[in-house]
Amino acid sequence: MSRRRSLHLALGLLLVGVIAAGVLLSYVWLPFAPDDTSGGRLAPPGGDHLLGTDKLGRDLFTQLLIGGRIAIGTALGAVAVGGLIGVTAGLLAGFATRWLDDAAAVVLDILIAFPTLLLAMLIVAGTGASLGTAILAIGIAMAAVVARLTRVLVKQVLARDYITAARVAGISWPRIVLSHVLPNIAPTVLVNLALQAGLAVLAEASLSYLGLGTPPPNASWGRMLYEAQATVLAAPAGALAPGIALVVLVVGVNLTADGLRDLTDPTRRGRRGSGGRPDSAGRPGSAGAGRPGSAGAGAGLPGAADPAQVGPAGPARLADPTLDTTLGKS
Amino acid sequence: MSLLSVDGLAVRDRAGTALVENVSFEVAAGDRAGLIGESGSGKSLTALAVLGLLPPGLTATGSVRLDGADMIRAPRGHGTAATVVFQEPLTALDPLMTAGRQIAGPLRRLRGLRGAALREAVRSALGEVRLTDTDRIARSYPHQLSGGQRQRVAIAMAVACRPRLLIADEPTTALDVTVQAEILDLLDRIVTTHGTALLFITHDLPVAARVIRHTHVLRHGRVVESGPITSLIAAPEHPYTRTLVDSARRFDAALERTGRA
Repeated sequence: MSRRRSLHLALGLLLVGVIAAGVLLSYVWLPFAPDDTSGGRLAPPGGDHLLGTDKLGRDLFTQLLIGGRIAIGTALGAVAVGGLIGVTAGLLAGFATRWLDDAAAVVLDILIAFPTLLLAMLIVAGTGASLGTAILAIGIAMAAVVARLTRVLVKQVLARDYITAARVAGISWPRIVLSHVLPNIAPTVLVNLALQAGLAVLAEASLSYLGLGTPPPNASWGRMLYEAQATVLAAPAGALAPGIALVVLVVGVNLTADGLRDLTDPTRRGRRGSGGRPDSAGRPGSAGAGRPGSAGAGAGLPGAADPAQVGPAGPARLADPTLDTTLGKS
Repeated sequence: MSLLSVDGLAVRDRAGTALVENVSFEVAAGDRAGLIGESGSGKSLTALAVLGLLPPGLTATGSVRLDGADMIRAPRGHGTAATVVFQEPLTALDPLMTAGRQIAGPLRRLRGLRGAALREAVRSALGEVRLTDTDRIARSYPHQLSGGQRQRVAIAMAVACRPRLLIADEPTTALDVTVQAEILDLLDRIVTTHGTALLFITHDLPVAARVIRHTHVLRHGRVVESGPITSLIAAPEHPYTRTLVDSARRFDAALERTGRA
């Protein structure tokens, strides 16, 4: 892993860590009770109230900490829903016969074109606004994006000769999926999921902003932004605090995703900048040196890789940049 | 009885267009046969049909018997009857799996090896394809190996289970000329040592002449000429074979001229 990449990971983990620490803190200690309005309306930052109070006199820092729980809960929940449904559907579509695959592609395109907010409104209309509903709506919208990505990647991997070779050797489909297909699509899918996690936090914020997400009195960051809107000139901290928290979490998750991909992908892990490292042929054999499969997660990889050879040998990756940009939609 | 007998094989796409038509040939145990033709002549499709692995949408008719098994109607359970070496060593190996694990896969499944015996079999498979420093290669990912090394690993994978038939689909096309010669010698030695039958697919007549005896020339999905490769080169009957031989000759002549200049 190159220096720049490990910097991404460290910075990303730091940013996510700050938010996560705040969330953990909120379970053991809060500066004020969430419904404590003793501080007076729109108190400026400083003094007893670190970030001041909102227009009802509630402590903003307390709300920010509680909002962190909702933000992280949404990110994890939506990724769990979207990842599980999306990868499963994508795998099935990748393996399906042609007409079924075509049908799946059309359904996915419609789902992706369908605005997340509209989908959320439909679900909310049926079940009432709650955090669970918001997570479900965001997760389903995410599943469509993930499924389409998975489908393309699976098709790419299935076209490779090593799949044919495995079939010639009589290896069963489930085993091929486990040992070849999933590992090869994992780096790209995981990064996309992390990207989607950042978008999910934003989507929850906008749903809450519209009153479709977390119902009051729970303070989600989106709801805090919404409530600070009218008084943004008088008390800017009310909008700045949740806004900055959102940016920190989203950027942190994306940087972490970037760094994690490089850890999970040996074709990148072995990559070096100019100079490289000395050939490790003389490296003293470790305990399991000759054991096939022992090099899996081991730290030292033999032989410095030629960067020029990395590209085409890597796991399935999208060649079409336009597709990549549409995947950013949540 | 032949190890592989293909009789009246036809491969059609969904629209019913014949991509391969009325192809018949036999490969006896320990024999070496070639399929020669330009790209799109149906060589590789024939090989996939032999393995029962045609891509979805293509259907095969006729008869293909591999080691007694009907590969068109019941294309399962061949296991050690036949294996393949592909053209492109980059895509023939899983980029996320070490070379050792990839060779171990079929060995574990088909020969039931585990533990130390499995490690030893992987090591000897790598040694057999003349790779030195076998422990390091076994621990390497494909991108850490050179093109020639990758193709050797792919060959090790294919022959480790001692198949009765080795199908080599343009195994040297993606390699440079010196490595090409080494790989051809390697294939030659391996099939001789183990008495493996070889079905060698290529568009390159001189390459074919190095490793095979009997060959079939394919064009537009049909066999246009068959016979011992030496007599095909000496006296090609079909005009297409003649073009192949002539172009190889012209190439040789051109080499000679530049050599003299």
